Amino acid sequence: MAIDVATVKKVASLSRLRESDDRLQSLAGELNGILGWIEQLNEVDVTGVEPMTTAVQMPTPMRDDVVSDGDKVAQIVANAPKTVDGFFVVPKVVE
Amino acid sequence: MPNSSSELTKLTLKAAVDGLKAKTFSSTELTNAFIGAIETANPALNAYVELTFDKAREQAAASDAKLAKGEGGALEGAPLGIKDLYCTAGVRTTACSGILENFVPTYESTVTQNLWDQGAVMLGKLNMDEFAMGSSNETSKWGSVVNPWKSRGSNAPLTPGGSSGGSASAVAADLCLAATASDTGGSIRQPAAFTGTVGIKPTYGRCSRYGMVAFASSLDQAGPITKTVEDAAIMLQVMCSHDVKDSTSLDLAIPDFSSFLGKSVKGLRVGIPDEYRLDGIPAEIDALWEQGIAWLKDAGAEIVRISLPHTKYALPCYYIIAPAEASSNLARYDGMRYGHRAEGVTSLTDTYEMSRSEGFGKEVKRRIMIGTYVLSAGFYDAYYVKALKVRRRIAEDFTKAFETCDVILTPATPSSAFELGDAAKAADPVAMYLNDVFTVTTNLAGLPGLSVPAGLDSQGLPLGLQVIGKALDEGTVLNIASVLEKAAGFTTKPGRWW
Repeated sequence: MAIDVATVKKVASLSRLRESDDRLQSLAGELNGILGWIEQLNEVDVTGVEPMTTAVQMPTPMRDDVVSDGDKVAQIVANAPKTVDGFFVVPKVVE
Repeated sequence: MPNSSSELTKLTLKAAVDGLKAKTFSSTELTNAFIGAIETANPALNAYVELTFDKAREQAAASDAKLAKGEGGALEGAPLGIKDLYCTAGVRTTACSGILENFVPTYESTVTQNLWDQGAVMLGKLNMDEFAMGSSNETSKWGSVVNPWKSRGSNAPLTPGGSSGGSASAVAADLCLAATASDTGGSIRQPAAFTGTVGIKPTYGRCSRYGMVAFASSLDQAGPITKTVEDAAIMLQVMCSHDVKDSTSLDLAIPDFSSFLGKSVKGLRVGIPDEYRLDGIPAEIDALWEQGIAWLKDAGAEIVRISLPHTKYALPCYYIIAPAEASSNLARYDGMRYGHRAEGVTSLTDTYEMSRSEGFGKEVKRRIMIGTYVLSAGFYDAYYVKALKVRRRIAEDFTKAFETCDVILTPATPSSAFELGDAAKAADPVAMYLNDVFTVTTNLAGLPGLSVPAGLDSQGLPLGLQVIGKALDEGTVLNIASVLEKAAGFTTKPGRWW
């Protein structure tokens, strides 16, 4: 199915990306090309096939629910764009 | 005995480690030889994006002190290059993206920590496609890497492949003894094939992903690019480990990979998949494949025709799964805790959208959007779940094939290195994606795959053969590759033009 510019705009917004109108137009073409090529998967009969989410054939490892690390405030905020007293400073969330 | 700087940089990792242990030369001499080579070559090749020469000299001095006492690890004093996807404490790590332009990790990736624990020396961080998304190293924020190889009679700059283009170019041009790389759809093996180097992606879970910048977590796997198969075994040995910090890390003993080299391959069954004979593939690549089959037959291996019927669906399947995982993984780049934050905007949503739009490059944004689309309400089952089911079909193909063979031989890439700025590939993303047609299947199935240089095409450019193994059977893969390496006698190096 063809993707129009309005759909690309919606997907960009869901992706938290902002693209110019020109770029949205060319993206529609590119995404249609890629998704059209992907359509060939419809030829594969997958009746009764379980989805494969991992190549690792082992149960998820469990660990004890204990604190194993900590006291690293300085390291955690070391790369933050803006901080005050070990806290992240972010734009206002609630008006 | 090597004495001049250029002779030292030409050494294999194995020869260098042996020479260091025998005190034929010091790590400081070796490290300085590489620093000189990088200073000369890097303006032309752009393989390194961050140089850590002071750190390298310190590490080399520490290694020399250990070596003097007859101590030291498996890589003691050996200068390496590190793909910019591995977090290195105190050394800028960008994954070659604008969004991580100023990111300096406060912790070390497990793979690189393993290397330092065994005495390796870090020369610097290597260029790559942004977030490892690319097959030509042209999506890097820091510019394209140039392949040290040139077509006969042409001066046009060629791609070293991608995404580990910096790793491949640096190893081929003798700018490090060996390099770390990573492979999500072919990002170790395709650049190795394009540069006449060896690259191995081990079984998924062999190497810890802790501290590797994530692209598609169910497919990403670390591995080395090296000058020889023996060097690949040595590097892989150190890179692999079980790690509680990665829940998909395998808690299994790691065999001595080097011990597999030189074993007889008599009676070993080598599978040749019919479906890898693609229309439009250059005749030279088919001829090289036939040559590889002949070499293995001569060595006593048994050649078996096999079928991997879902091969043609691997790439479209990958281009749903990888972008889906990427769109989720890259949601962390929100401009709040680390990474680029847009200036001059005030609302939360504007900050998110502008930070991401300014920070990410074109290909990364395109893949995030594909991923978001295939995961969105109404399309999730039709695209994402469907792809996961096809993925199982592809994995089952291999399981079935390995009932009648022990290892599989295929071409590594559908072409030799192409020109940077290739207009057709730039205009059509799918044309670029086709580079991974032979390599992507093993990522989906989680199997080990290796590219070994096996010959030159009519342009004088290297071509690789790929060896695919059963899960956890890197040993046989390395051994078969070393038989091919010996038979091919591939010793050609790119002529030095930089």
